[in-house]
Amino acid sequence: MSLGRIRAVVRKELRDYRRNRFTITTTAVMPLVFLVSPTVTLLRISAPANAALVHRSVGVTSLLLLVVPAVIPPIIAAYSVIGERDQGTLEPCLTTPIRREELLLGKAAAAFLPSVTVAYAIYAVFALVVRAGAARAVSAAVLHAPQVLAQVLFTPLIAVWAIWVGIAMSVRARDVRVAQQLATLASLPALGVVALISFRVLAPSVPLAVGLALALLAVDLAAWRLVSRMFDRERLITGAPANRHASRTPPR
Amino acid sequence: MQVRRENGWFRRRRVGLGWRPASAREPQPPAATAGPEARERLAAERAAVRARGSEPPAGEPLLVVEHLTKRFGERVAVDDVSFTVAAGEVFGFLGPNGAGKTTTVRMLGTLLAPTSGSAVVAGIPLAPGHGSAIRRRIAVLPENPGLYLRLTVSENLEFFAGLYGVDQPQARIAAALEAVNLRSRANDLCGSLSKGLRQRVGLARALLNDPAVLFLDEPTSGLDPVAAREVHSLIDRLRERGATVFLTTHRLEEAERLCDRIAILNTSLRTIGRTDELRDRLFRKTLVAVTAAPLADPARVFGSLPGVTAWRCCDGNRYELVVSDARLAAPAAARALVAAGADLLSLAEQRHSLEDVYLELVDEDVEALG
Repeated sequence: MSLGRIRAVVRKELRDYRRNRFTITTTAVMPLVFLVSPTVTLLRISAPANAALVHRSVGVTSLLLLVVPAVIPPIIAAYSVIGERDQGTLEPCLTTPIRREELLLGKAAAAFLPSVTVAYAIYAVFALVVRAGAARAVSAAVLHAPQVLAQVLFTPLIAVWAIWVGIAMSVRARDVRVAQQLATLASLPALGVVALISFRVLAPSVPLAVGLALALLAVDLAAWRLVSRMFDRERLITGAPANRHASRTPPR
Repeated sequence: MQVRRENGWFRRRRVGLGWRPASAREPQPPAATAGPEARERLAAERAAVRARGSEPPAGEPLLVVEHLTKRFGERVAVDDVSFTVAAGEVFGFLGPNGAGKTTTVRMLGTLLAPTSGSAVVAGIPLAPGHGSAIRRRIAVLPENPGLYLRLTVSENLEFFAGLYGVDQPQARIAAALEAVNLRSRANDLCGSLSKGLRQRVGLARALLNDPAVLFLDEPTSGLDPVAAREVHSLIDRLRERGATVFLTTHRLEEAERLCDRIAILNTSLRTIGRTDELRDRLFRKTLVAVTAAPLADPARVFGSLPGVTAWRCCDGNRYELVVSDARLAAPAAARALVAAGADLLSLAEQRHSLEDVYLELVDEDVEALG
């Protein structure tokens, strides 16, 4: 594994994103939608509101904020392989010494950095606004330690999951848009775990948050391995999988 | 008298009949140009190619390919191809569209796995687990240079320098851009460059890792003549630097001008060798004499000339002589014509182009399929 090659992929991807209007629009506008509506909802809850209403509203809000790291990365990641193939840049890239694990890790890291930065920034703005303007009970529920920990831990882990789903779709799909739509849908189930905590089906606690985070981490690592195996140079170059040609394993 | 070379057109020559042996007056078919005999000769040539696999080049071989085959389902894309390429050689790989040229490059570039056969690329056997090591020692320029259009020229090269892990990347990038005369465009977005300039950026990229073998897959495809000439001169410069170049093309004049040896592929290898060798193998040497008026008795003039094995008359005052050695036969023919009182307008060696060789081999396949 070469860190230099992974770094080269990350740097190139980030440069490419910066000049891609579609990527910038997606990463900038969509999170605002998920920030404004729930924040306004919480700010409108008056001081004497009952505890159930507060918890339900905070649960919905937390869930919506975690949609950001689940939705943005697959849009970027789903483009990463199929998009390169469509624009003819994949083949030159694959003729260099880079290994598929390095290429995919670089692409995942490049999708991870802006997604998580934006997600954390949105959460920080949300927390500040709620602390400054919301009722005390609402503020306390939002800034409850296990809740904050869950947000902090789950944001990157959900993003990583969504990225691997996006790349998996990108490796297999024949069209960028299909890959993006399927990836967005397939990344949502990870939010189920968060929903259980947000809606207090599971009582939020630090050990629970850490335990679930570790489970998600294991899933993310397994996803990296699985997606790397799905990366079939022959299929990507010729459009048909190697095993259908009765070929030997391509040199890696 | 000036003996000059002129391009001949094989098909045109094959149409004319009436060849006569130099020593006898009875007509006989020309050796290389008659249908069945030419086919036999071609079959023998192909058998020889298959039997020896490739001709041993002079230098240390950097590419050794043995019985390489690639199937896509039922379709055979490359069938039992064998050849070697020596260090410092510019090797042309010719064939019509769909002949398997790009598939061969992709197999040797470790993008596709061969169905059977073996190869040693830049000294490393083509085998699972060796891909990264092979790719470190080679560079491939696909037909589409595949540049990131939103990145500048130097950003594109920085990326690939990072993938190759080259030392002092900025110096290497500057040298590569210098080699393709693009230093002044280093900060331009690749999307703003013409197709010819993009191809030059692709070549610069291919030079970054100082490859032992450089694969160029139809590098002038879709380029205008000026841009194509620039690419040719770049390949010439690579040759001067001792680079080993594997060039696929279907531009015959390009292969003839640039390559030390060529192979003609049409799924399987049809022939391999230097261009002049291929001509000699497929066609007999011919002199063409044109006189002001038809000769009264051409058989007497050409019948006993040294080095002339057969002759025939075309168009009244044009005579084609099959010769074993043009340098021996041409002065003798000139003297004989002058002695016979003929006004000699021209005497030239008919030179078969690579196109003649190519068409002969590829058309044979078409005929066989038909």
